[in-house]
Amino acid sequence: MSAQPFRLEQGGLIDRSRPIRFSFAGKAMQGYAGDTLASALLANGVHLVARSFKYHRPRGILGAGSEDPAALVQVGRDPATIVPNVRATELELWDGLEAFAQNCWPSLQVDVGEINDLAARFLPSGFYYKTFMGPPGSWMTFEPTIRRAAGLGRCPEAPDPDRYEHVNRHCEVLVIGGGPVGLAAARTAAASGARVVLAEETPYLGGRLLNEAADSSMIEGQAGRAWVEAVTAELAALPEVTVLRRTCAFGHYDDNWVGLVEDVQDHLHPEERDDRLPRQRLWRVRAGHVVLATGAVERPLVFHGNDRPGVMLAGAVRTFLHRYGVLAGRRAVVFTNNDGAWQTAFDLASAGAEVAAIVDVREAPGAELVARAQALQMPIHARAGVIATRGRRRVAGVTVAKLDGAGGLRGDQAAFDCDLLAISGGWSPNVALFSQAGGALVFDDAIAAFRPAGAHRGMQVAGAATGTFALADALAEAVAAVDTTAPQPPATTSVESFETYSVQPTWELPSALPPARTRAFVDLQDDVTAKDLHLAVQEGYASVELAKRYTTLGMGTDQGKTSGTNGFAIIARALDKPIGEVGVTTFRPPYKPVSFGAVAGQHVGELFHPRRTTPMHEAHVEAGAVFELVGDWLRPRVYPAPGESFDDALMRECKAARTGVVVLDASTLGKIDVRGPDARTFLNRVYTNAWLKLAPGRCRYGLMLNEDGMVFDDGVTACLADDHFHMTTTTGGAAKVLSWLEEYLQTEWPELRVYLTSATEQWAVASISGPLAPQLMADLLDDIDPDPDAFPFMTHRTGHVAGVPARVFRISFTGELSYEINVPTRYGLWLWNMLMERGAAYGITPYGTEGMHLLRAEKGFIIAGQDTDGTVTLIDLGMDWAVKKSADFIGRRSLFRSDTARDDRRQLVGLRTEDPAFVIPEGSQIIETANEQQPRTPMLGHVTSSYFSPNLDRSIALALVEGGRGLMGQTVYVARAGASPAPAVICAPDFLAAEQGEA
Amino acid sequence: MFRITCPYCGPREPTEFTNGGEAHISRPQHPEQLSDAEWAEFVFMRSNTKGVFAERWCHSGGCRKWFNALRDTATDEILAVYRVGEDRPWTDRA
Repeated sequence: MSAQPFRLEQGGLIDRSRPIRFSFAGKAMQGYAGDTLASALLANGVHLVARSFKYHRPRGILGAGSEDPAALVQVGRDPATIVPNVRATELELWDGLEAFAQNCWPSLQVDVGEINDLAARFLPSGFYYKTFMGPPGSWMTFEPTIRRAAGLGRCPEAPDPDRYEHVNRHCEVLVIGGGPVGLAAARTAAASGARVVLAEETPYLGGRLLNEAADSSMIEGQAGRAWVEAVTAELAALPEVTVLRRTCAFGHYDDNWVGLVEDVQDHLHPEERDDRLPRQRLWRVRAGHVVLATGAVERPLVFHGNDRPGVMLAGAVRTFLHRYGVLAGRRAVVFTNNDGAWQTAFDLASAGAEVAAIVDVREAPGAELVARAQALQMPIHARAGVIATRGRRRVAGVTVAKLDGAGGLRGDQAAFDCDLLAISGGWSPNVALFSQAGGALVFDDAIAAFRPAGAHRGMQVAGAATGTFALADALAEAVAAVDTTAPQPPATTSVESFETYSVQPTWELPSALPPARTRAFVDLQDDVTAKDLHLAVQEGYASVELAKRYTTLGMGTDQGKTSGTNGFAIIARALDKPIGEVGVTTFRPPYKPVSFGAVAGQHVGELFHPRRTTPMHEAHVEAGAVFELVGDWLRPRVYPAPGESFDDALMRECKAARTGVVVLDASTLGKIDVRGPDARTFLNRVYTNAWLKLAPGRCRYGLMLNEDGMVFDDGVTACLADDHFHMTTTTGGAAKVLSWLEEYLQTEWPELRVYLTSATEQWAVASISGPLAPQLMADLLDDIDPDPDAFPFMTHRTGHVAGVPARVFRISFTGELSYEINVPTRYGLWLWNMLMERGAAYGITPYGTEGMHLLRAEKGFIIAGQDTDGTVTLIDLGMDWAVKKSADFIGRRSLFRSDTARDDRRQLVGLRTEDPAFVIPEGSQIIETANEQQPRTPMLGHVTSSYFSPNLDRSIALALVEGGRGLMGQTVYVARAGASPAPAVICAPDFLAAEQGEA
Repeated sequence: MFRITCPYCGPREPTEFTNGGEAHISRPQHPEQLSDAEWAEFVFMRSNTKGVFAERWCHSGGCRKWFNALRDTATDEILAVYRVGEDRPWTDRA
């Protein structure tokens, strides 16, 4: 374990009494509680933390927070919990933390992939485009190599053991950003009694006030940090205020719906984590007003060698100094185009570092700054720039040259040794969420950056996020954003050099090297250089959106936080257009990476989707049923006896249906109670057949069409009374049928007095079928005569089953004599158990959906949604008998359209394979001849249902075939993969009737 | 994720609603008197508006009532909601 040579004796928010052991890239080190991995590494003098995506160039720590593009590490080693691409600047240390370097082999120090950097000229921008568009096969040739060579971290490979949760929250004001501006806005909003949510991305409230010397800024008579503590305490005491730390607002959606992701436990030692709490929490906030106090992001300057470890943003250097008590280097060069970075020089000097030079591109930096620097004996180079850096894996020196003001160099160059280069190319308002919300941006020359054009649809922007950098002005904006009564802004003073800002736009420094050898990086994560952007424009990608995709600018996990403005400006210059005219690329959520776990929340495993079970479910589980999903329902598919195969069980169940007695749990069937004086008229309009004369006590099968004439759903509806009907629908169609009926009632026929109620879950249904069914029913029914003569097909009775009220329907989907017993849901399980008990004497056999499908196919009955697919009319199904002549119904007119009236449409037929043992796979294509011709064999249709029928002892299938009803008895062929087409003969769909006819 | 104000229940999250497409298309009184083209116009043809669009919504996860809304399809702003049978409200937006 090593010492921390770059740690200051005092200062920062870290706890020096709590040392923390961690390891990075296999090396054990020590930090303190409150450190991030980045601050602890810097304290240990480690700058090289990663290898770049494409060229494997050494990468260091550029920023201090979520904006950092390149210091990405892998955390952990367990394949279930390993996390890739974690920003070292955000990773809070805990004792025993193990982090690893990514995208390097064999090690971070010696990376074979570095060879890519030498081959850089062969990997120009648009390399991917060019290989995609290149000669056939070139992408296939390069792809495996590229995949291995380029990339970021390693994904977890095992199921995620952690828990995540979603929280919904409504508030009047959502403040995003917990710096001074966010705090002032939240406090002002809370004073009005509003519900306020304040989301701060880091563990600390205070923002920029934590990145400066304690006495730099005074607010309301208090030093910055003391003011932060006071406001924090004030907010904590208010019950309507929720302050969320470690919480990133990652996405803004319509009407101020904002997604926040909160890191709840990742910063804790695994043993300190509370397993009752989630790992991360996703807050779904609907806010009346959003105040964006997201600050600004510093951008680098673009010059040769600007990506070397030890080159850091000037503001980040101060963050490490003041928050973590870490000196990023002992001998620094500060390179800037604005006042802000001068403070870095002053603060470094106060902390004991040597400032080897302040290099400022401006002709005449502010006199006051110059005087302060001179008093500290810092060499000042005005109208000069750093044009190169040197050092193998960390900066060891820089080359400084005078600028001629026209994009070129003048005079001599000077070299300086240093171990830190602090750079600042200006500050860009953090407008990501504003832009996501659709807010317009303008390019403001005064701040050399894009900023919001104004407030936007319930969203106010205050402070640095809108380019207001002076603290007093920013706080005044914060207060005004939430209080329209011209409030008094907090009295504020600050001596920070950032106050005056005074930036000179500087997008690209000249180079002393020929262009081919200049490596000036714009996007440090995606390895995009200024030269790449020039090349993209030269090759015709003359908009930021195209150039971005061509070069991958800003397309990494950092979404171009530090590279965007520089990149757009360089493209604009290459196009010779104003930056504002060229614009920005579209900002899209997420602002920073969000784990899939957080997005999924608690909707995983059993909670992924709601499952519906019938009242009889328990009995099916006990009986060892195999289940399947039908819509959201779990239904028994088949009931295999111990040791029995699925197929054997199915054959047994289906034989029993035609020889004994079987029972099906049909509770899932959609049921709609239709009531009202106009119920009959309504049914007559929604069903294709006639309903006006159906007498109470009778049932009728009906088909529903869409207005386009295609079959939509079907089912049996019973007339309970003249104004009261019990409608059934398919299991999967229940909800859509109900809403479709409501739609017509409310929007087309509001004059009809009809009331619809979903009754699906009010009734438990057992469907009893088979030749022995009447005998069993006679044992069960108290006051209903089951004799088929007294209780004919397609009628129903109301009575009792063993004392329990029941509706019994004589309807059949198997083709056998059937009774459908409906009892109130709470008697469902009782009914099932009683049926099994009393039916035992008759050998009652429970059967599932698979048997139901097979039995109805033997009878040629369709299943809407299996044998129909939204392109099938009832004429195609051969159900013309169900079309009434007397009146209009939904979809009727479409049946006479020229296309639906064609006689060569695909029609429903039966198929008997020549080989009775060959069961055609459902979905198989039907072709005209056995010869699969090139280029195209005539395609006649496809198979919709197919089974081996135990009752007919042969394979049966239903199919939709072109002009099929005119092809009875003809042989067609079923295409097969890896085998010659199988011959089959077209027949009527009712296989059972055909068999009985032959007998 | 725009919020929708049901004219019967008030503002609710969009997940409670189902969109029903273009509003103010009445089912013809006598379909059998229409030509194929006229019928197809009713069944299949819808406008694809950029800007203010009158469309139908159903508060399917709430009161189950259908109603109409004016939505700017370019910005997803809902400018007005109104009940079935009421006239389309006036807006100063195209």
